Amino acid sequence: MKKYLLAVQYDESAPWPSEEDLREQQARTGQVTADMQSAGCWVFVGGLLGSHATTVVRPGNGVTTMTDGPFAETKEQLGGFWVIQCDDLDQALAWGERCALACGSPIEVRPFEDAQWT
Amino acid sequence: MDLDGIYRAEYSRCVATLTRLLGDIGLAEEFVQDAFTVAVQKWDEQPPPNPGAWIVTTARNRAIDRLRRESTREARHAQALLLHHVDEPQEMGPVRDDQLRMIFTCCHPALSPPAQTALTLRLLGGLEVAEIARAYLVPEATVAQRIVRAKKKIRDAGIPYRVPGAAELPDRLASVLTVLYLVFNEGYTSTSGHLLRTDLCLEAVRLTRALAELMPDEPEVIGLLALLLLTEARRPARVGPSGELVVLAEQDRSLWNRELIAEGHELVRRCLRRNQPGPYQLQAAINAVHTDGPATDWAQVLALYDQLLHHTPTPIVALNRAVAVAEVHGPATALAAIEDLDLPGYHLLPATRADLLARLGRTAEAVAAYDEAITLATNDTERTFLQTRRARQGA
Repeated sequence: MKKYLLAVQYDESAPWPSEEDLREQQARTGQVTADMQSAGCWVFVGGLLGSHATTVVRPGNGVTTMTDGPFAETKEQLGGFWVIQCDDLDQALAWGERCALACGSPIEVRPFEDAQWT
Repeated sequence: MDLDGIYRAEYSRCVATLTRLLGDIGLAEEFVQDAFTVAVQKWDEQPPPNPGAWIVTTARNRAIDRLRRESTREARHAQALLLHHVDEPQEMGPVRDDQLRMIFTCCHPALSPPAQTALTLRLLGGLEVAEIARAYLVPEATVAQRIVRAKKKIRDAGIPYRVPGAAELPDRLASVLTVLYLVFNEGYTSTSGHLLRTDLCLEAVRLTRALAELMPDEPEVIGLLALLLLTEARRPARVGPSGELVVLAEQDRSLWNRELIAEGHELVRRCLRRNQPGPYQLQAAINAVHTDGPATDWAQVLALYDQLLHHTPTPIVALNRAVAVAEVHGPATALAAIEDLDLPGYHLLPATRADLLARLGRTAEAVAAYDEAITLATNDTERTFLQTRRARQGA
C-alpha cells in the first residue's frame, strides 16, 4: 500500500461562499471522507484556516524568526488535506477527482516518501 | 548471428514482460540488458529457437540471484513480486498482453505528453534516445532527461502497470492513439538512414490491432487501424529496386498488398456506417480513396481533406491538403494555399513547394526550394529522391 496526500488548493481571493453553499460543500466532502473510510483507505482528513491565522517560523544561525502570514504569498493556499492509502496512483487519482468535485478546488495528489515498498 | 536484429526485435517485448514480473521498469531494463550481455557470450554461432523466451528466463533468473544477495527493502519487495508472479495467471483484465499494458502505463495522463511519446518510442518501439531526439528535433539530453524523469515518476508516484478498467479506458485512449500513430510514422519514414523500418510499422500495426480488439466500439481506434493498414499495404511499392523512393502516382499498384487493402476498406466502411468522424477515420478514408480502383479520385480526396482540416486545423494537414488542391485546381492555387504555412525545419514544406514550382515552370525557384528541402531532409532515401527531382530541373 502507498500513502498519498490529497491537498486542497484553495483560492483565498475568491468570494467567501454563502452559509448554504458552505453546508452543501461540507456535506459533499464529508461524504467523500465517509466513502474513503468504508473503502478502508482513509488515514487522515483536516480542513485548515486561512492565511490570516498563519505564522511562519524560520531557522537561521541557530535561532528563529517569526513572520505573520503564509510561506508563499500566492492566491492559492493549502485549504485542507486528506491522507489516504491505496494500491496505486490510479486509485489515488480517482479519489482526487472525487475530492476536486466535492470541494470545487484543484487537488494536488502527492505520494508520501515512505509510501514505497510498504 | 544477427544479435543486433534480435535485440531490436525482442528488447521491448522482454522489458514489458520483465516489468510485469519485477514491478519496475528500470529494473526490467537493467536485467534485460544483462541477459543480452550473457547472450553475446553464450550464443556463439546460433541463437536459441526462441531468443525472446531465452532472454526473459535468463533475465528473471539473474534478477532472482541478484535480489537474493541484496537485503534492501526494495530488493526484498521486488523479489517477492518476482517469485509471487511466476506461477500466477498472466493478469486480470481484458487483454493478456504485456506490451499493451506497457503502452497504457507509458501514455498515462499523469505524465507530460512529450514524456509519454518518448517513453513509448523507447520502451515499445525500442528506439534509441538519439533516434527519438531526431524525430522530435530536440537535443538528445532533453529526451534522455524526459525518459529518466518519466520512469522515476511511474515508480515513485505508483503509476500502475495495467490496462485501465472500462470506466477509465476511453479517457486514456487519445494519447495512446497519438503515440501508436507516431511509432508507425517513425517506421514508415525513418528519421535517419534508410526510409523504412519495417519492424516499427509492423509493431505499430500489431499494437493497434490488439487495441482494436480491446475497444471494437471506439471509432477512432478502428480508424487508426484502417489508416495504418492502408498505408502499410502500399509499403512494398514505395521503394524501387535500387532503394529509391517511388511516389504514389508512379507506384506499381500490383505490388500493393490486396489483403490489407480489403481489410482497411472494410474497416473504413464500418466507420462510415457509424458516422462519428474523427481525424484518424478521415485520414483512413483518404487512404481508402487512394487505394480504390486504378487511379485516385482527387476531388473526393480534397473533400475529405476539407473535413480533416476542419477537425484538425494544423499546418501539416494544410500542407497535405495542398497536394490534393494541386490535382483538382492546379499547382498555382496549391502554391497560394501553402504560402503562409509555418513549419520550421520540416523538409516536406519546401519539397512540396519545389514540386509545385517545377510544375509551373518556375525552374530557378524550384531548384532553390529543392535545395532547402535537401538540407532539411534527415533520411538518405528522401534526400536522394529530392536530389533526383532537383536534377530533372536541368539547372
